[in-house]
Amino acid sequence: MSEAIKKNSANEPEQQYSLNDDRRVKVLSPGAMVAKRFFRNRLAVVGLTMLVIMFLFSFVGGLVSPYGQDQQFYTTTTLKLDYAGVTENSSYRYTVADGQEFGALLQAQLISAINDGATEFTYKDVTYTVVEEAPEVYTVYQGNTLLVLAAKDIFTVADGSEDPGFQLRLDAIRANANGETEFTSDGTDYTIDEDGNVMQAGTEVGYIGRYVVSASNGNNTGITKDFREQLVEAIEADQEEFTYTDATGTEAEYFITYDPSINSWKITQMTETQIYDRYSSPSAEHWLGTDTNGMDMLTRLMYGGRVSLVIGFIVVIIAGVLGVLLGGVAGYFGHWVDNLIMRVVDVFYCIPSMPIIIILGSTMDALNVDPQLRMLYLMLILGFLSWPSIARLVRGQILSLREQEFMTAAEACGISAWHRIVRHLIPNVIPQLIVTCTMSLGSTIITEATLSFLGLGVKFPFASWGNIINDVNDAFVMTNYLFIWIPAGICLLVTVLGFNFVGDGLRDAFDPKMKR
Amino acid sequence: MRNYIIKRILLSILILFCVTFIIYVLMRSLPASYVETMAMQLSQLQGAKPYDELLAQLNAQYGLDQSVPMGYVTWLMDALTGNFGDSWKWNVPVITEFKNSIGLSIVMGGISFILELVIAIPLGIVAATRQNSRTDYTITAAALVGISLPTFFFATLLKLLFSVKLGWFDLYGLVGRNYAQLDAMGQFLDKANHLVLPIATLVIVSVGSLVRYTRTNMLEVLNADYIRTARAKGLSEHVVIYKHAFRNTLIPLVTIVGGSLPGLFTGALITETLFSLPGIGYNSYQSMVAGDIPFTMFYLAFLAIMTLASNLLSDILYAVVDPRVRIS
Repeated sequence: MSEAIKKNSANEPEQQYSLNDDRRVKVLSPGAMVAKRFFRNRLAVVGLTMLVIMFLFSFVGGLVSPYGQDQQFYTTTTLKLDYAGVTENSSYRYTVADGQEFGALLQAQLISAINDGATEFTYKDVTYTVVEEAPEVYTVYQGNTLLVLAAKDIFTVADGSEDPGFQLRLDAIRANANGETEFTSDGTDYTIDEDGNVMQAGTEVGYIGRYVVSASNGNNTGITKDFREQLVEAIEADQEEFTYTDATGTEAEYFITYDPSINSWKITQMTETQIYDRYSSPSAEHWLGTDTNGMDMLTRLMYGGRVSLVIGFIVVIIAGVLGVLLGGVAGYFGHWVDNLIMRVVDVFYCIPSMPIIIILGSTMDALNVDPQLRMLYLMLILGFLSWPSIARLVRGQILSLREQEFMTAAEACGISAWHRIVRHLIPNVIPQLIVTCTMSLGSTIITEATLSFLGLGVKFPFASWGNIINDVNDAFVMTNYLFIWIPAGICLLVTVLGFNFVGDGLRDAFDPKMKR
Repeated sequence: MRNYIIKRILLSILILFCVTFIIYVLMRSLPASYVETMAMQLSQLQGAKPYDELLAQLNAQYGLDQSVPMGYVTWLMDALTGNFGDSWKWNVPVITEFKNSIGLSIVMGGISFILELVIAIPLGIVAATRQNSRTDYTITAAALVGISLPTFFFATLLKLLFSVKLGWFDLYGLVGRNYAQLDAMGQFLDKANHLVLPIATLVIVSVGSLVRYTRTNMLEVLNADYIRTARAKGLSEHVVIYKHAFRNTLIPLVTIVGGSLPGLFTGALITETLFSLPGIGYNSYQSMVAGDIPFTMFYLAFLAIMTLASNLLSDILYAVVDPRVRIS
């Protein structure tokens, strides 16, 4: 007991007591002694501080953080998106008269006739007459029947107008090709302006041009006539970009690139696009940046800590309960019970746990187990595989305690068996148990992190420090986005180190032989 | 003594049967296996048989149509004659693949084990002789940091620093790109170069526990009565520590070192996987993930044998080294 009595004169130097007055000494309970020894150990206090910080970070941090663990963030960026394609028509296009046909073979015959400058050609014993109506405008007759109009210019129907029919198309294209500004078709007068617009009494019917403009998204209604005219002007002027102001006054900038291989122009537009904010660097909103899915890294780290710590605790509790129960039973009852349980422990000791967990993990991968359920299985498996060492420890302790004098004394005093176990045996096992459990918390967290790192433990959408570091499998992330994986590794290291420091300190503090 | 060893060996064999049986049951009851994946792939080929038929055929081919106990007996009988079957993943006999990969693991394990001993024992003794000094605190804290370092994080840090920033080593693999063009010496140096980071990882991650073990045992010896006697005789501190104390510390050390010898053959699963080194650990990792039952069974049985061997070895060494121990 002399150890438990400390002179306390420093605190109460003024009061005078007689030498054998009890108040001159301060009696500390064994628990207080342990606490005192623990807090004198600098490493242990450092470890305790580290643990407190990590617990606050994980459990309180998640509440304080303004973001959720799987909340994704977006950013807007300007991307050059395809807007339209423009092709200058360099081949003949065919407009077939109503009720007639002009197939691909005939088209080929016509082209060769045009190239030869012939005025007629024969195909399958039928003679066709080719009439050059204007430069690059031809019509084909079979006998007196007009079959087809072949021209390089294209007549496009004006927005909202009805199809004007074959005859008007023919007349308009011919007039345009001949450079006329007025023509008559079916007894109606039309005019053509310099841009190729075909007007009838001030109303636009359609327009004629060589350029085919088609929108990249397949929806041509976005391309107005006005836009088209300006675009063609820009192309003819060899501009690389042009600005278009639409009817509502909105300006937009377009870029024109010419691709000679397909003889067409590509029109691209700078468009604001919303994308996931992936791997953004640390900033005021995201102190540690964002990860590959555009989630806030710091928040993921906090929730990851929660997962790692909770898994660690549950696994150690499962292993502890199983170990204490089986080890206690084996140690207390002895004989064949002890033998049986210890052989089971031997067998479990021999089962290589890491490979088994890897096999089970890859099986769960193949079965697509739900991530939440998977976490539960992981805890059960880890707990079930790690109880034997605790059982061994408890059994050994109980065996040696049973032989000690104080147990004999307790028995001699007539204390009941139940009382002996609860009051005398268990309190003596607890210190060793606490130390072992604290140390194994650290190693369990490492095991879980390793599995999650290999992609066999905790899975997305849940965060865990291990699966956050998993990103380094991409060498680009490893070298360029240090803010993704270094903080997670440091959290892991600090937590495990904290548990080990505290466990080490507790071991020393519980040891009554320690002099400090 | 001989009776004790015989008894232990017999018990070990019994445990080994239990362990292999449990592992076999586990492997067989896994629902998604290599066979199913293969049957799925084969059934998607043109003109292939339906999936069910292929699965039955493959199961028969791989001996999976037997009941689990019968399958175990078959496996055991084959295994006892040294026939562990053909690996599904590697397409060669299991033993051949084992022979191909074990060498690298032994070299890696051996070098890092020697380095660990050379680093850990002096540090442990220094820490113990200067207990509670600043040196002791530093060594203890460093040992705990080593224990607490997750292998994969530390290996990544090493890669970042030495492979990416400094460019001294390659990130992955055992041989460089121009390995084939090198002469014998160059090839040796190339391999050695690729092993530096993995061995550094192994040593630093596992040296801590040995340091702590040495320190604890040295402290225990230093508190013993005969050390006080030696000091009281007026022996110099050097003689006390290195002649009287250290020799007695060797007893538990030899035990634990002997016990970890079989561990050298089991490979470092995580480290080899991280560095893609074709040792037994990485190969069996790939086999396990692919569901390759023959190779995995062999590897797990091998691990179990090595665990039993190390337990046995450390117990025997304990009795051999320490004359005070009498085994009954």
